[in-house]
Amino acid sequence: MILTKTYDEPPVCEKEIRRFAACKSADGETAALLDACLREALPVLTYRVCYGEFPMRTDGDACDFGAFRVHSKQLARNLAGCKGVVLYAATVGVELDRLIARYGRLSPAKALLLQAIGAERIEALCDVFCADIAAERRIGTRPRFSPGYGDLPLETQTDIFAVLQPYKHIGLTLSDSLLMSPTKSVTAFVGLGGEQKPTTTPCGDCNKADCAFRGVL
Amino acid sequence: MNFRDYLRDHIVTLDGGMGTLLQAQGLQPGERPERWNLTKPQAITAIHRAYFEAGSNVVCTNTFGANSLHFPDDELETIVAAAVANAKAARELARTDAPKYIALDIGPSGKLLKPLGDLDFEDAVRVFAKTVALGIKYGVDLVVVETMNDSYETKAALLAVKENSDLPVIVTNAYGEDGKLMTGATPEAMVALLEGMGVDALGANCSLGPKQLRGVAHRLLQAASVPVVLKPNAGLPKAIDGKTVFDVTAQQFADEVAALVTDGVRVIGGCCGTTPEYIRALTQKTAVLTPVPVRPKSITAVSSYTHAVVFGERPILIGERINPTGKKRFKQALLENDMDYILSEGVSQQEKGVHILDVNVGLPDIDEVRMLSDAVRELQTVLDLPLQVDTSDTVAMEAALRRYNGKAMINSVNGKEDSMHAIFPLVKKYGGVVVALTLDENGIPDTADGRVAIAENILRVAHEYGIDKKDIVFDTLALTICADTGAAVETLAALKRIKYELGCHTSLGVSNVSFGLPNRDAINAAFFALALENGLSAAIMNPFSADMMRTYYAYKALKGLDENCEDYISAADSFADAPTPTTVVAPKGAATYGSDLQHAIVKGLKDRAAELTRARLANMAPLDIVNDDIIPALNVVGKGFESKTVYLPQLLMSAEAAKSAFEVIKMAMVGASTDAVKTPFVLATVRGDIHDIGKNIVKLLMENYGFAVVDLGKDVAPQAIVDAVVAHRAPLVGLSALMTTTVPAMEETIHLLREQAPWCKIIVGGAVLTQDYADKIGADRYAKDAMECVRQAQAMLEEK
Repeated sequence: MILTKTYDEPPVCEKEIRRFAACKSADGETAALLDACLREALPVLTYRVCYGEFPMRTDGDACDFGAFRVHSKQLARNLAGCKGVVLYAATVGVELDRLIARYGRLSPAKALLLQAIGAERIEALCDVFCADIAAERRIGTRPRFSPGYGDLPLETQTDIFAVLQPYKHIGLTLSDSLLMSPTKSVTAFVGLGGEQKPTTTPCGDCNKADCAFRGVL
Repeated sequence: MNFRDYLRDHIVTLDGGMGTLLQAQGLQPGERPERWNLTKPQAITAIHRAYFEAGSNVVCTNTFGANSLHFPDDELETIVAAAVANAKAARELARTDAPKYIALDIGPSGKLLKPLGDLDFEDAVRVFAKTVALGIKYGVDLVVVETMNDSYETKAALLAVKENSDLPVIVTNAYGEDGKLMTGATPEAMVALLEGMGVDALGANCSLGPKQLRGVAHRLLQAASVPVVLKPNAGLPKAIDGKTVFDVTAQQFADEVAALVTDGVRVIGGCCGTTPEYIRALTQKTAVLTPVPVRPKSITAVSSYTHAVVFGERPILIGERINPTGKKRFKQALLENDMDYILSEGVSQQEKGVHILDVNVGLPDIDEVRMLSDAVRELQTVLDLPLQVDTSDTVAMEAALRRYNGKAMINSVNGKEDSMHAIFPLVKKYGGVVVALTLDENGIPDTADGRVAIAENILRVAHEYGIDKKDIVFDTLALTICADTGAAVETLAALKRIKYELGCHTSLGVSNVSFGLPNRDAINAAFFALALENGLSAAIMNPFSADMMRTYYAYKALKGLDENCEDYISAADSFADAPTPTTVVAPKGAATYGSDLQHAIVKGLKDRAAELTRARLANMAPLDIVNDDIIPALNVVGKGFESKTVYLPQLLMSAEAAKSAFEVIKMAMVGASTDAVKTPFVLATVRGDIHDIGKNIVKLLMENYGFAVVDLGKDVAPQAIVDAVVAHRAPLVGLSALMTTTVPAMEETIHLLREQAPWCKIIVGGAVLTQDYADKIGADRYAKDAMECVRQAQAMLEEK
C-alpha cells in the first residue's frame, strides 16, 4: 500500500540556493532579486511525498524488490545488507513550474533563481522525509539513491511509477522521455538497516568525477 | 427509467473502492487491475454484485486505467468488453429491486498535459475518446470521469465523452486539503468549466475522507446548478503494524456522508478504502432521507485553470491592451511572431489589477487561427487570469475555445441571425460567457428601446440553443459623443434596462465614447463612473489609464464594495499624478562604468535602464545609444562573466536591463527597417525535453548581441526545427538538451539538418553535453554556457 505525507516548509538555505544558481556571492541587486523570488515562490510550494516499503534481495548486481528487479552495481552496493527499502516519490508541486515558465519568458534571471530555489527545496524535502523514515522506524538508513545516479538506469523510473502511482497520490507524472513533471521532484530508494558506512563527502558513492558540485557543501 | 430521469428525483448511490479490494485479493504492486477483467472475471463480478446488493444504483466498470497509453488497442478492446460484461453479469445476479446502472469508469491518463507536461491536449482527447467509444460499443448506461486532479485533463476527458456520445456523464475531481486540485483549480472554477460543457453531475472523489471534503462539498453546492457528487475515501490510510488501515469506520463514513446529503449532495459513494460494508451502512442511513432539490444558480462566471471570476459582486476590469488596433508596436510584434511582447502586455495588465484579459490578435496579414490559439496557450502558460477570446473569425474562435483551459469569455455575438447561428453552438459545446452586442442586420439602433429589443431577441435565440441568460453579457455599445451628443445617454439607458429589467449582466468598451475628442481619459473616466452607476458589470478598458483606475477604486470605495477602503488606499499611489519628467541625475558609481545608462545595465536595473534610454532619445540617435552605451555595458558584464568575476544571475540581470533599453529603442523605431541586417538564429530545446531555462538564457543573450532569435520553444520535433531553419534561411541553429534521454533527439535533428539545410552551422548545449558528446553527434560547436554560445556564433559568422 502506498502512503502519503505532507510536510511543513523545511528551513531554507540561501547558500545552497546560490550554489545551484552558480552564484557564489550575491551583490545587493542579486540578493534583492533572490529575496523577491523567495517571497513569490515559498507561498506556492507544497511538500508532498508518497512511498511504500518493499522487501529486497540483492543477487550480484541485481536488486530484487518483489514488484520489479533492476541491475545496478552501485545500487546493489548502496543497499548491501539491507532488509528492505522505502521507495518514494517527492515533489514541491506544479506551481513552481508555472512560475519558472512565466519568468522564463519574462525574466530569465528570475527563472534561474526560481529553479535554484526549486532544487534546494526538493533536496530539503528529501532530507526531511528520509530523517522522518529513519526516526519512525528507529533504524539506520542508507543514503537515498535515485535513477540516473551512477549506473542505475533512468529507465528504472518506469517501474517506480508503475508501483508508486505518484500521479494519483501527489500529482507527479513521467514523460515518454523519462522526465518528471512537476520538474522539481525526486524518486529514490532508501535502504533500511544494512551497513552504516560513515560518509565523508556529501556525494556518497557517486563516482562522477567531473561534477561541478563534487564535494562542495 | 433512464439514468437522467432517475437522477432528477432520487438520491443516487454509486459504488465504493475497487483497487483496495483487489489488493486484498492479491493484486501486486505495479500490476494493472484492468487485466483482472480478463484473468479473474469472477472476482470482479463478485465485487460489482456485492455493491449492487449493498444498495448501489450504479457500479463503475473496472476500467480506471483502461486507456490507449497503457494498453495496445486490441488489448484495450478486450479489457473494456470484459469489464462491461463483468458488470452486466453482476447486474443479472444481484438480488435487489432498485434500478441498477452501469457506468464506464474513466480515470486520469497518468500524464500531465502540455505545457507543463508532455501530453498534447488533442492527444488526450483522442486517448479518452477511444475508451469512450468502446464503452458505448459494449453498452454502458453512463460515463463516470473520476479522480481527475487537473482541470485541463478533465476538460479533455469530458470533451471526448460529449463528442462521442449522448450518454449522461458525471465528473468528479480529486481535491486536496487546500480545497484545490493539484494543478490549482478551485471548486468554483471546476463548476464553471464543467457546467459550461454540459456535465450531468459533478463533484469530488478520492484523496480525503468525508470530513475533510466537507468544505469542498459545500462550495460545490453553493456554485453548482447540477447535482453534486461526493465519493470520499474511508478517511486517510495509516500504517499500523505493517498493515494499511483507513481511519474512518463504515458507520462514521455513513454518518458523515449522510449529513452532506441532508445539505444537498445528491450522488454518493465511496473511493479508496471503502467496501460494500460502507455502502450498505450508507444506503441504510440515506434510505429515509428526501433528496434536496437541485436549485439552479444564476451565477455568471468565467474561469481560468485556477479560479473563477464571478460577475455582479463588484465591477470587473477586462484589460484591452492585447489588441493591435491603433498600436504599431503590437502590430510589429504580431508580424514578427514576437510572443514575448504579447505576453508582457498580458502580465503588465495583470499587475495593474485587471480580472480578465481580452485577447485580439487579428491582422489582415497573419494566420489568425494559429496565432489566436498560440496566444491563448502561451498566455495560459504565464498567467492565471481568465481570457476573453476576441475575434470575428469563427474558425479561430473555435480553435481557441477548444484549447482554452477553463470557461472563457467570448467576444462576441450580435443580433444578426448569422452571428447567433455561428457563435451559439460554440458556447453550447465549449462553455463560455458570451458578450452580445445590441446590433443586428439593421445596424445599431439609435434608441435604448431598439437595443433592448435586440437583446430580447438574442436571449430568445440563445434559449433555443439551450444557453441560459446567465451566460450572456450585453454590450449596449458606447459610441462617440463627437458624432452625436446624445449617444452616451442612449447607451446608458439601454444598459440600465438590460441590467434591471432583463436581469442580465453588462459590459462596455468604454473608451469608444470619447473618440475624436482631446484628453480622452477625462471623458472615458466620467463615462465609466456613470455606466457603473447605471448597472455596468464589466468594462473593457486600459488599466494604464490613471483616470480609469482612479474611477474604479473610488467607485468601489464609495459604494461600500471596498472594506475599510483597503484597495483604494493600497492602489492610491499607483494612480497619483505622474511626476513631471526631470533631468535624470547620474547615480553614485556612474563613473565606474562610464555613463549612467551603462551603469544601470551593468547593475541590472531594468526600469532605470529603460527610463535613461527614453531620456536619451530626446537628443541622441537610437543607434548611437546602442553603440555608445548598451554594447559597451554588455561587454563589461560579458567579460566579467568569462573571467568569473560576474556570476550568472548578474549576467542575466544585466542582459534583461539591456533588453529593456532595446525595447525602448525598438518602440521609437517602429516601422524603420532595422531588422534586415540581423542574422537569424533558430533556437530550440529538442523533442522530449521540457527544460527551457538554459535555452531562454541563450535567447536573451543572443538577442542582446544583435541576433534575430527564432525561438521554437521546448520539446520541438526535428522536422519543425529544420523547417524553421529553411524558412528563415538561418545560418545558425542552437539546440539544447538537458537529459541523456533526449540527446538522441538532438542527434536526429542534426542528421536532418545536414540533409535538408547543409549550410546551417549547429551549436549545441545543455547540462549533459560535453565537447566529446557534441563531436560524437556531429555538431559544429559546443557551448558550455550562454556567453560562450554568443562567442561561438560570432566566430562562426566571421569564418563564413
